[in-house]
Amino acid sequence: MRDTLRFITCGSVDDGKSTLIGRLLWESKQVFEDHLSALERDSTRYGTQGEAIDLALLVDGLQSEREQSITIDVAYRFFATPRRRFVVADTPGHEQYTRNMATGASTSELAVLVVNGSKGLQTQTHRHARIVSLLGIKHLVMAINKMDLTGWDEVAFAKIVEDFQPVVRDLGFETFQPIPISALNGDNITELSSAAPWYKGPALLTYLEEIDATTGVPDLKFRMPVQLVNRPNHDFRGYCGRVASGKVGVGDRVRIVPGGMETKVRSIVAWKAELPSAGSGDSVTLCLEDEVDVSRGSVIVASSDPLELSEQFEARVLCLSDHHLVAGRSYLLNLHTCQAVATITAIKHQVDVRTGSHLAAKTLAMNDIGVVNISTDRPVPFEPYDRCRRLGSFILVDRLTNETIGAGMIDFSLRRAANIRWQAVDIHKAARARQKLQKPVCLWFTGLSASGKSTIANMLEKRLFAAGKHTYMLDGDNIRHGLNRDLGFTESDRVENIRRVTEVARLFVDAGLITIVSFISPYRAERDLARSRFEVGEFIEVYVDTPLEECERRDPKGLYAKARRGELTNFTGIDSEYEPPESAEIRLDTVNNTVEQCVEHILYKLEHGMASKPEAN
Amino acid sequence: MSGYLASLEAESIEIIREAVALAEKPVMMYSIGKDSSVMLHLARKAFWPAAPPFPLLHVDTTWKFREMIAFRNRMAQESGMKLLVHTNHQRKAEGVNPFTYDSDTYTGLMKTEALKQALDAGKFDVIIGGARRDEEKSRAKERIFSFRSPGHRWDPKLQRPELWNIYNARIHPGESIRVFPLSNWTEADIWQYIADENIEIVKLYFAAPRPVVKRSGQWIMVDDDRFPLNPGEVPEMRTVRFRTLGCYPLTAAIESKATTIAEIVEETQTARTSERQGRLIDHDQSASMEKKKQEGYF
Ligand SMILES: Nc1nc2c(ncn2[C@@H]2O[C@H](COP(=O)(O)OP(=O)(O)O)[C@@H](O)[C@H]2O)c(=O)[nH]1
Repeated sequence: MRDTLRFITCGSVDDGKSTLIGRLLWESKQVFEDHLSALERDSTRYGTQGEAIDLALLVDGLQSEREQSITIDVAYRFFATPRRRFVVADTPGHEQYTRNMATGASTSELAVLVVNGSKGLQTQTHRHARIVSLLGIKHLVMAINKMDLTGWDEVAFAKIVEDFQPVVRDLGFETFQPIPISALNGDNITELSSAAPWYKGPALLTYLEEIDATTGVPDLKFRMPVQLVNRPNHDFRGYCGRVASGKVGVGDRVRIVPGGMETKVRSIVAWKAELPSAGSGDSVTLCLEDEVDVSRGSVIVASSDPLELSEQFEARVLCLSDHHLVAGRSYLLNLHTCQAVATITAIKHQVDVRTGSHLAAKTLAMNDIGVVNISTDRPVPFEPYDRCRRLGSFILVDRLTNETIGAGMIDFSLRRAANIRWQAVDIHKAARARQKLQKPVCLWFTGLSASGKSTIANMLEKRLFAAGKHTYMLDGDNIRHGLNRDLGFTESDRVENIRRVTEVARLFVDAGLITIVSFISPYRAERDLARSRFEVGEFIEVYVDTPLEECERRDPKGLYAKARRGELTNFTGIDSEYEPPESAEIRLDTVNNTVEQCVEHILYKLEHGMASKPEAN
Repeated sequence: MSGYLASLEAESIEIIREAVALAEKPVMMYSIGKDSSVMLHLARKAFWPAAPPFPLLHVDTTWKFREMIAFRNRMAQESGMKLLVHTNHQRKAEGVNPFTYDSDTYTGLMKTEALKQALDAGKFDVIIGGARRDEEKSRAKERIFSFRSPGHRWDPKLQRPELWNIYNARIHPGESIRVFPLSNWTEADIWQYIADENIEIVKLYFAAPRPVVKRSGQWIMVDDDRFPLNPGEVPEMRTVRFRTLGCYPLTAAIESKATTIAEIVEETQTARTSERQGRLIDHDQSASMEKKKQEGYF
């Protein structure tokens, strides 16, 4: 887990955002005595709490905004607990400040959305959620504040959460945690408050300390945009930059984009020393084996994983200025370290940030977000924003005023630049997975007949599908009637059955799919054999742990009854043994949990990357 | 080094390199303090094995601690960088000093006006400085690349939105950009980094017996005989150190036993007051830093 969390806070005016941040700083002991005495002075002058200290004043900075009692612009705050460091981008909630929120979100991994519990969801809440999601934030915390004013009303809390669920699903957040709080009194901030015994989740700070805020997007291989060429004398030529993704080691084959020349890394230079390797986020200087054409704006990439180059793409663009963004006008485009002249060739539509619906638009005014086509005066190297923020984000600069007028996120290339030679590269599992933006795995459901395997697997597939994942399910129905039509139920046929299913599942995982296998698969040895055909972390055994008595009681197809009467032989659980898994990654107790709960549990483990460790029985 | 510090370091190096890549004529402010020491160290790392391709600029009010000046000259030499020193000689000749003038007037002339003179003379377009966002409330909203209008004025309304790690340094003649590579560092980070990287800093940061007098409840060091003692005032020896360094008559010392970096780190972690407490210029008005910044103070 990373030792820093960068998050953005958003909420409408007066929902208590400033009070909440003031509270977090206060609780983590970041408030110095001299700040405190200034605070006491200010509290009586500007505060809203009478004589009491107004924590919001800790963070409301500029005098001009204090006099108007609103927060303008984005402020960055720092605090730490013994477990983690936090960087907070504090942004205001006014409608006209979408751009501030986008700015804060651009460098954040998580958003804390402050909602006034006594007022319920506002249109602003939807707006804020959509903006942070557009900027690529995948983790959302909803701090439902002012619960003290509702008398800690559990029903009011539950209603807000329920009403908001569809938004969470729509916008594709990977995690969502609602927390009832009172920023004013400090309830559920650092520890759970006795005010709301019904709330079973974590306190806000505890949650922020623990969440793994990485995203499920598979890692790209090595990419480093070149910032500058360091050439102090004829003996040294190094390429300086910050690694955007992947890893690089001395001796690795790399390619220069644009240009396409291939060479090897000769050395990785650091302060008074050389390094064997460097990884994502490191600022380094690379020396290469051959003399190749590299300048600021080039990207050095792993040879095995080429980078796209294009002069036309579709992008989401946010207008940041009073001057509208207009189709046909040319701007300077800064994309990582690369600069080009760009023209918006078409505004396809404007996005209604409240509802997500598309509006027709001729221009984009300040704070408008639109989907546009952009063309550049030359091919530029990029990755889609959702795969790599650093290589997929750009700003548009007005050529006359030099103002930063727009910010954009590349979705995809509209046309491969014509003059690029593409080296033949293997299309491998990682490449296919990346295209689908998912980690391919095999979810292997095992359990007795009527234990609930298919029902749970079916619902799981629906949920994954709805979340835009690419899935495929293998079960008795589609295998027994086709591929394995020649097999019966003897022990050797069962083993062959499972062997074939395993191989098919392996091919599907190789194709990048989330593959769900639902078979009784009673023998431990054959399940272990299946597991051995996959890479570590790829095979997830899901044990649907329903006791025999319960299965017999359910008996939807009357099979147990038949077996008991001797009309069916070799029936697992009756006259054929079922060997329960000893260390399944996921164990589902279907007696005490509903189907929905089981599915939620699997999704939760997948989302949090926790599905690779065995669960206690 | 912890992962957190390593990523702060990588970010700062990236910023310094961007500043250089986007500038016509960059310069780095060097004020001899701990933040400057860290910034210089990062700059040297960013361009190693070359020396950083810009000069260092020190605005010398002539009221710095003597130790600071010796340290400055040695560091410039060690880094292989050119050192520019500028003093507002005209104001100096007019008798401006930190004792007879209030700190606002003094700072306005000997620091802010002097800085503008030096920047104009050098025609620098990108000026790298060591300010941090955690120092003061009005700094929390400062950009990493901060736009200055002609006359070096900072106008909050003209600041450019700054998304991701993409910076806009394009300017017209007369305008300039100030770049703050340490924006996301806190005081505690600075000390931890100094400890981890073994960065040399001025000895005044470490506790030692020094001659001081008490003024408005704060210890002021009597660094040379230009210090006008009040009637009956006698300097006494106290074991003190400085959390920040500025002009000696305007920088208060704290009583401390911290003589090693480790002890300083521990002291900062349990500190009850912010480091700016020792800067006499900040307490004048509630929003004094905001006002100074608008006039072009760093
Ligand atoms: N009762 C109650 N009032 C709160 C709570 N949090 C904030 N407030 C008050 O709500 C008002 C607006 O708070 P503020 O933090 O300035 O809101 P912001 O505009 O979102 O930053 C102030 O009067 C706060 O004291 C809370 O948890 N309970």
